[in-house]
Amino acid sequence: MWKREEPARPSSVTTSTEATAPAPAPLMSPGSFDQRREERRPMHEEAASIGKSIIINGELSGSEDLTIEGRVEGKIELRNHVLTIGANGRITAQVTAKAIVVFGHVTGNLTATEKVDIRETGSVEGDIVAPRVAIADGSHFRGSIDMQRKESSKESSILRDLEPESRASMAGELVRV
Amino acid sequence: MNAGASAAAEAVRPSKTLAQFLSVLFARPSAELVDLGPVIGTNIAFFGERIGCKIHVEDLYADLDRHAREDALDELPKFLGRRFALADSSVDAVLCWDVFDYLAPAASGMLATELTRMLRPGGALFGFFCGDGPDERGYTKYVIEDEGHLRGRLYAGACYRGRALQNREITDLFAGLELFGSVLLKSGVREVLFLKPSPTPPYVRELR
Repeated sequence: MWKREEPARPSSVTTSTEATAPAPAPLMSPGSFDQRREERRPMHEEAASIGKSIIINGELSGSEDLTIEGRVEGKIELRNHVLTIGANGRITAQVTAKAIVVFGHVTGNLTATEKVDIRETGSVEGDIVAPRVAIADGSHFRGSIDMQRKESSKESSILRDLEPESRASMAGELVRV
Repeated sequence: MNAGASAAAEAVRPSKTLAQFLSVLFARPSAELVDLGPVIGTNIAFFGERIGCKIHVEDLYADLDRHAREDALDELPKFLGRRFALADSSVDAVLCWDVFDYLAPAASGMLATELTRMLRPGGALFGFFCGDGPDERGYTKYVIEDEGHLRGRLYAGACYRGRALQNREITDLFAGLELFGSVLLKSGVREVLFLKPSPTPPYVRELR
């Protein structure tokens, strides 16, 4: 006969099922582990937001993600964070952020170190500078887009599948066919 | 209704001159492109990420539509004359799509003059002429599938296509440019590629 070892369990918590069922191998279930982690988090971890009725004239900067549903005129800088312009947001400003997501209206230039994302309801009138730009069908955009040329192998990737005439042409020499 | 033009607007179709147009962009570091169509995310990614050029989105279809709805098409030539803030000889390429199909002669002439003005020597202008288009009002969004194919997507608008322009009319329209390629597709669409004459020796060779 195997000798059953008594499982270690918290002394203060005892239920009838725990008393009869074999003890689980881990001391804590995954759920309870997450719960403990939750307890260590700050009480308020929601992204900062500017509500619909707020109007800001001037310079806005910060070091956390921000959602704007109100009206901002001036300059916005969130260099290492994500700025979301909500569907109700109305921005007339020069905007700099790590990533910019537009559901509302922006008039002004957008500069992002990672990405600008204009969603279906979004409208932008201004110039965009970002390595990646996504523009949804149905959105409105007027201005210029500069995606900062990557010197990787994009030329070879675009040339690879072409016919010889096209390849010569792509390499900088036009070929009349 | 021109079945060719309608089919071209709803399906993927080959493009014989798009690759040549793209070659101009490739040949120029940090090329600048003017797109006269509505903004299309796929095209932006194609030109921006794959080719690395700067894109100016100037949606003339929206302007045309607004003038049509306001019953102000007579003012379109004047509007087009001051529409573009871009300086003389400041862009390497212009994507016209089929916008000239929708313009009256006066507006076409003004737009062609403006585009010629903005192009740098050696720069390219790509467009196509369908003419006698679908009976329904509306325009087409052209999505670049790859270097040799375009997908047309119809969307609602206030204007019809005009009559198909003859070759001579097209070349006269762009009198300041050199016609480099003109291809009539099976669909009835004529693709044209113009180059702005350059004082430096052209990087063009005949293929026999």
